[in-house]
Amino acid sequence: MTTLSATTVARETTHPDFQVERATRASRATMVAGALLLAVLISMPFWADSSALRTFTEFACFLVMAQMWNLLGGYGGMVSIGQQAYIGIGGYALIALGNFAGVNPFICIPLAGVVAALLAIPTSQIVFRLQGGYFAIGTWAVAEIYRLLVANASVLGGGSGTSLTAVRGFTKAARESITFWIAVAAVFGSIALVYYLLRSRFGLALTAIRDSEVASESQGIHVKRTKFLVYVISAFGFGVAGALYFLSNLRISPDAAFGVHWSPVVIFMVIIGGLGTIEGPLIGAILYFALSKIFGDYGTWYLMALGLVAIVVTIRFPQGLWGVIAKRFDIRCFPVQRRLKF
Amino acid sequence: MAALLQTHNLTAFYGDFQALFGIDFEIATGEIVAIIGANGAGKSTFLKTLTGLIKTQKDAVQLEGDGIGGVPPHDLVARGIAMVPEGRRLFPSLSVEENLTIGAYAKRGGPWTLERVYATFPVLSERRRNPGTALSGGQQQMVAIGRALMANPKLLICDELSLGLAPVVIKEIYEAIPKITAEGITAIIVEQDVAVAKRVSHRLYCFQEGRVSLTGESSKTPMEDISKAYFGI
Amino acid sequence: MFTWIDTILQGVMLGGLYALFAMGLSLMFGVMRLVNTAHGDFVLLAAFAGFVITDTLHVSPFVAMALVIPLAFGVGYIVQRGVLNYTISKDPLPSLVVTFGMSIVIQNLLLELFSADTRSISAGGIETQSIPLVEGLAVGVLPLMIFLAALAATLGFQWLFGNTSLGRAFRATSDDREAASLMGINNVHIYALATAIAVGVLGVAGVFHGMRTTIAPTDGPAQLIYAFEAVIIGGMGSFWGTFAGGIILGVAQAIGFRVDPGWGILVGHLVFILVLLFKPSGLFPKTR
Repeated sequence: MTTLSATTVARETTHPDFQVERATRASRATMVAGALLLAVLISMPFWADSSALRTFTEFACFLVMAQMWNLLGGYGGMVSIGQQAYIGIGGYALIALGNFAGVNPFICIPLAGVVAALLAIPTSQIVFRLQGGYFAIGTWAVAEIYRLLVANASVLGGGSGTSLTAVRGFTKAARESITFWIAVAAVFGSIALVYYLLRSRFGLALTAIRDSEVASESQGIHVKRTKFLVYVISAFGFGVAGALYFLSNLRISPDAAFGVHWSPVVIFMVIIGGLGTIEGPLIGAILYFALSKIFGDYGTWYLMALGLVAIVVTIRFPQGLWGVIAKRFDIRCFPVQRRLKF
Repeated sequence: MAALLQTHNLTAFYGDFQALFGIDFEIATGEIVAIIGANGAGKSTFLKTLTGLIKTQKDAVQLEGDGIGGVPPHDLVARGIAMVPEGRRLFPSLSVEENLTIGAYAKRGGPWTLERVYATFPVLSERRRNPGTALSGGQQQMVAIGRALMANPKLLICDELSLGLAPVVIKEIYEAIPKITAEGITAIIVEQDVAVAKRVSHRLYCFQEGRVSLTGESSKTPMEDISKAYFGI
Repeated sequence: MFTWIDTILQGVMLGGLYALFAMGLSLMFGVMRLVNTAHGDFVLLAAFAGFVITDTLHVSPFVAMALVIPLAFGVGYIVQRGVLNYTISKDPLPSLVVTFGMSIVIQNLLLELFSADTRSISAGGIETQSIPLVEGLAVGVLPLMIFLAALAATLGFQWLFGNTSLGRAFRATSDDREAASLMGINNVHIYALATAIAVGVLGVAGVFHGMRTTIAPTDGPAQLIYAFEAVIIGGMGSFWGTFAGGIILGVAQAIGFRVDPGWGILVGHLVFILVLLFKPSGLFPKTR
């Protein structure tokens, strides 16, 4: 009798017979694959040749940029076509800190990110005055302003640029290896950063803001502060990527650093890969990079094709390549949502 | 009397959600038909299918015998269907007079002109230069009606004319309706206020959860039957 | 003293060109909330079209302009109706990415056709002619023409919006697109007309630009930024505001150039930033 009444009581109280789950089979597989990949990558400087290391480093820069642009635009809802401002700031921070302040150039990479983040603070006050499409062009105008300011600064090499002399103390092998390891750290770090950010309360706030700012504000989310933080974090990421790129390149100029050519590449990686997911920019970066190595020689035709593909993808497949795959096979490698499992 | 507009087994969807389940409806030239029902019953959705804002099968809706399902809204205006939308939806960037003038964009021609609208609603003439939305609720409703009349429609659809208006204003507005329909404009009136709907119309339809739960002559249908149909009892 | 008046005068004339660039941007945003990031590249497209016509047919640039305008109108109509109409929504991303894609396509197409070399549209001498005003002060014939064209365009747009059936349709559609369709207005067609007019004006602006200075395929983004800054400085919602914004930008740049050639453009940017910081709705916005 006691058992019976206990069961009755159990049914009447609220015992949920479902579980809240985050991980999926695909995500666990991804974690394992990721760990293996990391191990392989760390070993590469010991057996891979110079050009392979450089290629990966360049790819790493694009991947970090894609993730950071996606964070700002796909999750934060702020579409920017001027993030090259922070690529340039990162690159020139590397030059300034490395060449003039004598800081170890490898330590400059994260520091450059910090410089970019610091400059993003006043910059945000300007660009946040604008919305939507005008915000986008505003970010572009700001990037142009930074470019002009740097081009007019002869101490930084003026319009023709300058070289990174701070690495002179290192052997080629050492420089390339350390740069490569930093690139690996940047890749895994940026993916991890976005992943954990989005799984947190912050990520939930971002999604809410993207859906409705007014509703979010009324629920107690500090919309302005959240958007500001996303903007600054994205700037940090771009700064790191920029510094890394020019550490690998050794030579910088205002046009290369702040040039308008960065944005189309980054945006197309994210759009074609899949906006608003972590897998999307990853796929987009791989795809873009592979294609540019194959077709890069065709220069203008390749870029035209890229532009056309972006137009078609935006109109017909707004979820991008990953969106099509994920929907078809119901895979989530980096799940940020929670699922109910009954 | 020949049917001006008919629907046969009309269905409507918002994505995967079905809002209308096989509506049969008809209205003859010169009639005033009221549609009543609770919020969410499908009245607005039904009007959207009549005005082309929601697509349906071609022959699910027929105007003078021609299937008009799927025809875009702007073409339906040219063919003689005009709506006074729920909530008025006047254009804030246009003056009162411009709001009225734009009603005639489809250039159908007919007895309704600016002068006639001002004659029907004299208070608007004084405010013709005001921005469309800088008027009282009742006056805005008059502009919205006038704007629809300027299209010289065969079929005038009035969606919730009384929404947000004081009873005395509602009375004033509905007093103008017979003046309008006297010349042969056919009207569909959607109303929350059942008593008003009954008084103003020849026949009525009651919608309930996407279906017609009751139809009949307005003067001969008892309130008790309407209540049951309204709430789905 | 005169040099400063001369500088300002030059700035005003330059501002006329920026105003011409900006009108279309303002129109498209006003009617459709669409920001065309390829706007500057359309300027160059028109300029190069003008160049090809004058170079191969050996006609005056004004004849070329007369030919380019209807072409530009048609291109604008087709682009809007065929592509951009599918991007109009509350989300600014699709129209941004698509117009950005168009920008890349146009720039690289021009690069393929014309290479990176600069060209110029020969104007048969009026580039150097000037009209003397007072002792020591003269205004260039070409800049004056451009300024007058900008004035005419502003008056034209203002009249179009305020006094015509099409203008009413533009305003109604931008207020409430669904209600406008209930009035008999075909949104698809109206949007296409708006872009057609916006790009059509660029037919004038582009050819003038090619007459005034050398052009290269990758110049588009710079012109976009000037147009955009003119709109922001002037304030959204009014064509006279955009005109004023263009003038102010032109004057700012001219003063900057006079002070130091390297700082010309930067002074313009500075004014833009200041307006954004202290009067974000612009100097002459239209309140709705």
